[in-house]
Amino acid sequence: MSINILMPALSPTMEEGKLSKWLKNEGDSVRAGDVVAEIETDKATMEVEAADDGVLAKILIPAGTEHVAVNAPIAIMVEEGGSLDDISAAPSSSELTKNTHSEEISTPHSIEPDAAPSSTRHPIDAPEIPAGTTMISMTMREALRDAMAEEMRRDSDVFIMGEEVAEYQGAYKVTQGLLQEFGAKRVVDTPITEYGFTGIGIGAAFAGLRPIIEFMTFNFSMQAIDHIVNSAAKTLYMSGGQINCPIVFRGPNGAAARVGAQHSQDFAAWYAQIPGLIVIAPSNARDAKGLLKAAIRNDNPVVFLENEILYGKSADVPAIEDFVLPIGRAYIARAGEHVTLISFSIGVIYALAAAGELAKEGIEAEVIDLRTLRPMDLPTIIQSVKKTGRCVAIEEGWPQCGISAELAMCIQEEAFDYLDAPILRVTGKNVPMPYAANLEKLALPSIEEIIHSAKAVLYRD
Amino acid sequence: MAHNQISPTSAQMGLSRDEELFALREMLLIRRFEEKAGQLYGMGVIAGFCHLYIGQEAVVVGVKMAAKEGDQFTTSYRDHGHMLAMGMDAKGVMAELAGRRSGYSKGKGGSMHMFSREKNFYGGHGIVGAPAPIGAGVAFANAYRENSCVSIAFFGEGAANQGQVYESFNMAALWRLPIVFIIENNRYAMGTAISRATAQTQCHRRGEAFSIPAKQIDGMDIRVVKAAASEAIDWCRSGKGPYLLEILTYRYRGHSMSDPAKYRSKEEVDRMREEHDPIEQVRLRLLADGVSEEELKKIDASVRKIVAEAVEFATADKEPEVKELFTDVLM
Ligand SMILES: Cc1ncc(C[n+]2csc(CCOP(=O)(O)OP(=O)(O)O)c2C)c(N)n1
Ligand SMILES: [Mg+2]
Repeated sequence: MSINILMPALSPTMEEGKLSKWLKNEGDSVRAGDVVAEIETDKATMEVEAADDGVLAKILIPAGTEHVAVNAPIAIMVEEGGSLDDISAAPSSSELTKNTHSEEISTPHSIEPDAAPSSTRHPIDAPEIPAGTTMISMTMREALRDAMAEEMRRDSDVFIMGEEVAEYQGAYKVTQGLLQEFGAKRVVDTPITEYGFTGIGIGAAFAGLRPIIEFMTFNFSMQAIDHIVNSAAKTLYMSGGQINCPIVFRGPNGAAARVGAQHSQDFAAWYAQIPGLIVIAPSNARDAKGLLKAAIRNDNPVVFLENEILYGKSADVPAIEDFVLPIGRAYIARAGEHVTLISFSIGVIYALAAAGELAKEGIEAEVIDLRTLRPMDLPTIIQSVKKTGRCVAIEEGWPQCGISAELAMCIQEEAFDYLDAPILRVTGKNVPMPYAANLEKLALPSIEEIIHSAKAVLYRD
Repeated sequence: MAHNQISPTSAQMGLSRDEELFALREMLLIRRFEEKAGQLYGMGVIAGFCHLYIGQEAVVVGVKMAAKEGDQFTTSYRDHGHMLAMGMDAKGVMAELAGRRSGYSKGKGGSMHMFSREKNFYGGHGIVGAPAPIGAGVAFANAYRENSCVSIAFFGEGAANQGQVYESFNMAALWRLPIVFIIENNRYAMGTAISRATAQTQCHRRGEAFSIPAKQIDGMDIRVVKAAASEAIDWCRSGKGPYLLEILTYRYRGHSMSDPAKYRSKEEVDRMREEHDPIEQVRLRLLADGVSEEELKKIDASVRKIVAEAVEFATADKEPEVKELFTDVLM
């Protein structure tokens, strides 16, 4: 009997990796638990262990092969003294190696990779990017890194501080290369002391520096929320306008994949409630770059909410030397007549996917990407709702006192007479995030739910 | 190990042969369980974060051997070993790792969030530093109820920089709470070596400021761990207040499954494995004491069987029922 050794996954979002080294040769006896090979991605390395005792009969993927798909057989084991008979039928290594380079981080919720907002550009957006601008495709991770690097080159008061941002190159590799370029004075590794280093960052900002504080994830900003709210947001007001706080708090927010309740939550609504803060949540690499640069230059505290699942997604980013987008402006990611879908961050990706499906049934949805949550671009929202008369708000966070709750209130205050149906919302369910795969999927907003709600406000089924 | 250590006297240290055999079995169970968990992760059965305890087994097993029935454990996300040591069922732990309905949290918690009131295990916490105040709270309840139980809180040397840890030290000392704070110093917090994040790397010295007695011990030698933990737990049980143990240990694997492994050398890891392995130390002592190789093999086989059954159980188990999505939010 033979057993395939499969290419393991280093994380639930990994799709492929490099088989860097074989530590056993064909014909070697192997005990369960022995390390047989090493694999790596751009983020990490891992040792592949044999799960059973036996003999490594055949290596299917040679050392050094890149882009080996997760779960592809990489070797065949047989029982001690077993035969190699059926091994000739094994697939060749080239069949098992994907030649396309796909992202290391992909979305687990069946989102079309081409759902990035590119389809229809609304006129209000035109001034931001001049016609004929050269575009470069890059991941959101690269866009964020470039934004920080450019601003650090431009202004020596800008520095970044956080856990694992320097030597480790960022827990999610967003600060890759910054230590090498800017040195340890400006790329500062901290102990795991969020409350303390957030306070230190705020003090430095009061004193005129322009810190970027990275939270490994926004879950850990809960330890520092006192300083964000009580120190960063309020001091300008409390000092009668004397002391401002030019600081950016950034990092991944919202659900990642399968990391459970304490590591999967969307804090957009929490921060968006606080006077004295600016809150930004981009959905694509272009906006991430333009808005992070704007955030770093802004003289106020900015909470910049990224998303781990989007880090590996690519979009066209203008190759303009100083590409800065305006804070407080929504973006019409897709124009349509029949219903307005409003969201931000990863919710926009769901909304665009839903809009694509709805279009097949003749429903043209307009998708608004809020981009900035505080201040909110109400004119763009109201204009759209006045046109369509119907609205569905989408967010990954919990419904009570959420961004969609706020949107519904604003719309009924300003456009009640234009509404042809009640506003609906698609949100994360009212529960802590479950770990089990099936429950996690149900806890998150889905494309199907958006389609269903869009049809409901159109009274179609 | 390179650190300076204060070891209990050898008179206190000896373990009987039965104790050594018990320690071997318990540590092997954790090791085999964790090896399997790592493999299942690679196969996609376990997802998200999965922090293995391989290398650190003597810490939790030694402390558990010193504890009494009713004493409670609280730890952070590197928690599988603590649960097995507390007598939680390998099947239930493995099923939880796989996100299945028979897991300790019905599949809703995952690797980092498991609990068992029955076995006095208070988590399983994803937030670094959290076990210090939570463990102190459990100790507060012990004092309140005068039940003479001791709460034992484990956290890493990286977590030991958290402010909440010192707030807990202060209150625990002020109120003489029966708690042993255990800093599992495995030298690294993710990719950060202790000296890059900690001004005073002798973590046990942090008790002084709160008049909490403290010791630094070799956590690769289960005899040392058991002896020091007995002393600490007795101190707490006799009503004298908290105690701090800095236990020097080492994790062989990456921080979680995805680890760049660039912050330390392979030689360093190999040297710890070869020269200080907590399981090998016990094995060699038992062999020298005349226990046969066969008997030791039998122990390994029995442990492998428990783990294999746990895997079988977990993989055959179903995902939680959909209605479970909305249960357990409020009582
Ligand atoms: C408050 C908080 N910040 C950051 C993290 C992310 N994180 C998880 S484990 C870890 C390193 C902890 O190291 P240590 O306390 O030494 O424990 P070890 O992993 O070595 O057992 C970090 C930074 C977290 N879980 N909680
Ligand atoms: Mg550590």
